[in-house]
Amino acid sequence: MSEDKLRYVGQSVTREDGPDKATGAARYTHDLAFPGMLHVAILKSPHASAKIVRIDTAKAQAVPGVRAVLTGGALTYRLGIYLRDKQILANGIVRYQGEAVAAVAAETLDAAKKAVSLIEVEYAPRPAVLDARQALAKDAPLVHADLGSYDFMKGVFAPEAGTNVAHHQKIRAGNLEEGFRGSDLVHEASFETAPVQHVPLETHAAIAQALPGGRIEVWTSSQSPYTVRHLLALTFGLPHQAIRVHVPYVGGGFGGKAGLHLEPLAIVLSRAAGGRPVKVVATREEEFNTLPSRQGLHSTVKIGVTRDGKIQALQATYVWDAGAYADYGVNVGRAAAYSGAGPYAIPHCAIDSYVVYTNKVFGTAYRGFGHLEVLWAVERAIDQVAHKLGIDPFEFRMKNLLKAGDRTITGESVTPGHGRPDLCLEAVAKEIGWGTPSAQPEDPRKVRAKGLACLHKAPAMPTYTSCSAIIKLDEDGGADVLVSGVDYGQGTYTTLRQIAAEELKIQIERVHVINDCDTAFTPYDWQTVASRFSFMGGNAVIEASKDCLYQLKATAALALKVRPDEIELQDGFAFVATEPLRRIPYKDLALGYTFQNGSSVGGPVIGHGRYIATGLSHLDLETGQGKPAQFWTYGAHAVEIEVDTETGEVEVLKVATAIDAGKVLNPLQCRGQVVGGVVQGLGSALWEGFLFSEDGRLQNGSFTDYKIPTAKDTPHEIVPIFIETPQPDGPYGARGLAEHPMISIPSALGNALYNALAVDFDRIPLTAERIQQGIAARSRA
Amino acid sequence: MSLHPIRLTVNGKPEEATVPAGMTLLEFLRERLFLTGAKEGCGAGECGACTVLLDGNPVTSCLVLAVEADGCEVRTIEGEAGEGDLSALQRAFIEEGAIQCGFCTPGMILSARALLERNPDPTDAQIVESIAGNLCRCTGYEAIVAAIRRAAKEERGRR
Repeated sequence: MSEDKLRYVGQSVTREDGPDKATGAARYTHDLAFPGMLHVAILKSPHASAKIVRIDTAKAQAVPGVRAVLTGGALTYRLGIYLRDKQILANGIVRYQGEAVAAVAAETLDAAKKAVSLIEVEYAPRPAVLDARQALAKDAPLVHADLGSYDFMKGVFAPEAGTNVAHHQKIRAGNLEEGFRGSDLVHEASFETAPVQHVPLETHAAIAQALPGGRIEVWTSSQSPYTVRHLLALTFGLPHQAIRVHVPYVGGGFGGKAGLHLEPLAIVLSRAAGGRPVKVVATREEEFNTLPSRQGLHSTVKIGVTRDGKIQALQATYVWDAGAYADYGVNVGRAAAYSGAGPYAIPHCAIDSYVVYTNKVFGTAYRGFGHLEVLWAVERAIDQVAHKLGIDPFEFRMKNLLKAGDRTITGESVTPGHGRPDLCLEAVAKEIGWGTPSAQPEDPRKVRAKGLACLHKAPAMPTYTSCSAIIKLDEDGGADVLVSGVDYGQGTYTTLRQIAAEELKIQIERVHVINDCDTAFTPYDWQTVASRFSFMGGNAVIEASKDCLYQLKATAALALKVRPDEIELQDGFAFVATEPLRRIPYKDLALGYTFQNGSSVGGPVIGHGRYIATGLSHLDLETGQGKPAQFWTYGAHAVEIEVDTETGEVEVLKVATAIDAGKVLNPLQCRGQVVGGVVQGLGSALWEGFLFSEDGRLQNGSFTDYKIPTAKDTPHEIVPIFIETPQPDGPYGARGLAEHPMISIPSALGNALYNALAVDFDRIPLTAERIQQGIAARSRA
Repeated sequence: MSLHPIRLTVNGKPEEATVPAGMTLLEFLRERLFLTGAKEGCGAGECGACTVLLDGNPVTSCLVLAVEADGCEVRTIEGEAGEGDLSALQRAFIEEGAIQCGFCTPGMILSARALLERNPDPTDAQIVESIAGNLCRCTGYEAIVAAIRRAAKEERGRR
């Protein structure tokens, strides 16, 4: 179908769930309640590292209304999506302050809290390791002394027994020494990013009911119903059919609600309470300090360039502060390594990415999946090199950006269908007026400047990642679309609705994407992460629609007594191509066609579509060579800021963000992803970061002490720009873009700050205090 | 915990109940009246997800005791729409793309409602100020401000 004939794809269709959400009718896991449901309070470790010498729950058991009290010693299950290093409750050893040690299920939350306060625990503190680089030392305390005995995903990850290294990802391309020998200038610098929290407005919540025969039913605020089911099956040794997972509306996720979280605890408590439904809702404090965060990162980047500005070599060492458990963190370390040289053509490259255990709250996936962190280093270093060479940072990037014909650092050939980072950079440079210095404000304390940064990211997912969709046509000719990717706010269901209406050739008002995922009814999807749901789900919905059309044509052909290839479909009607007046509405075909005399043909139209990643390969464990990703999305930001040189406060005047979307399926939703992502990126850039005491206690685990952007903290202007270089295998040419707007926002800010102050900041968040100290240090020098 | 009788109006309907002294207004609305539109995002009055109108003023209902609402008029998101018809604010939130995950939306709309009742023609700065206590992690606020601006204009036009 030609572009200009599209009715719905490419239009700013509003969310189908808007009225539910605007009226309070939308039910989230927080809002669900079942008869006989018990409530849970959790006892957490006050120590970063300690042995549990004794736990006495007798007084807790005696509290009226208490139905179950559990400690780690009673449980033997192992958890972990890539590396099975975790237990439901700490067992014998606590590895971070905030780790769940015991839990109580009771008739009321008050009773559960009271019981938890009466549990006596005697700890023997052990040496803690709180810095990831120190954790690499030979004599560092081991966070997991028995790492060598843990099960893990072989061929993909490489935990090192007897150390704190949960994974070491290597990338080797070309010959690094040759690259540096052929360079006129070699620049090396180190950078850091702080661990941060996702801060979904709905904290994690799960309800579980243990059923006869070991079966389990779960309702959970999750991004990944099928992965939850699969991991529960592995954990509890159950067939998948014995587990049913429901996902109602989800109040934000940003990566933090992928995989297993509170579900196993709710399950074991329900079992211990004789099958009563059990609801666990994380408090905001637990959301910060018990549930996982984004890992911290220490980076060292060394870049070799020729005098005329061609990058010859890049070496990077990334040390991730994984915290106490590997969770998705090992995959963050893997993915950020294969993206870890930025969107540039680099002939000689060596990257070592170490995911390192420490005694801190553990890390997981967070929007951007490690890319914001590594590109904080790379994109700052790129600017530093440009300044040393005396080349404009825009020109320097343009000389080195990936283009068709180049190879990535994992050996993937870049094709015209990959997209155009150069067009993104050009677009934002033009929008910000790059090359024209900022007009300076009258207030002499304030300085304005601009900064640039590029970005790229591909979905980090298993090579066999797949997805499916079912479309049921209804009696009235409308359609229900069933998928198991979750729309936790990003808007994919609206996009899928547009695609289904377009493909089925019916009005969009007649298409309904079912909201509640249910592994008993909605078909398989790996998980809703990595900006891959519109891409994969979109392709599956296209195939399911085509299946419906095929069935409609078959029934219509019988009804109209012609061959199926003589039938055409348009606007909810099937008709004979050569005689358009011989037509039947979908509603008379959807369940089968009934002739006037009552005899019937066909049957209910139920379409099925699927999509699986193709052509991907595991990265070689020694060289990192292989094809890791289905598609790449490129982008760039340009920012203009105003810094108060006395207070160090930054005001963001303008952000221009260009993304090569392939095809903008819904301008309103895409704009929403960019604006939301940019502001979330500003949070990481300017304010957000965990602070730990010397003994490893989180100091700012509340909204009082941990500030996310409010309505008052947004840039004066955000300009989203979409480049549309079609992705050959994307739905209508589209590729994912939900995470990308956040990536490299800190880098662009850091580069603008250098241009404003001639101070090189190497750590985020760029708090006013840190900036003020940087200015003071420059003045002293 | 001592029990107390309370009488109040919720979304125009009279309610009578006996509540424990420590029960918050949020708990009362969600658990006794099943009005789950008000959300608990932090339980400490920091995020605004539990915002409701108490005698027309926006309050974080997690910090108000149910007994404090005795004799008051409470409005929740469930009372915002007319008979079978969304309010201008609700429609504008949908049309402007001001809703993503939706968890902050009820509180956001009620903060905006309180503003528009005080000030039918607010400046952008006043709109921003009115929702500064309502956290949203998804939208970046731009569309929310646009939605409130749009609803204000529409409601003024109707007067």
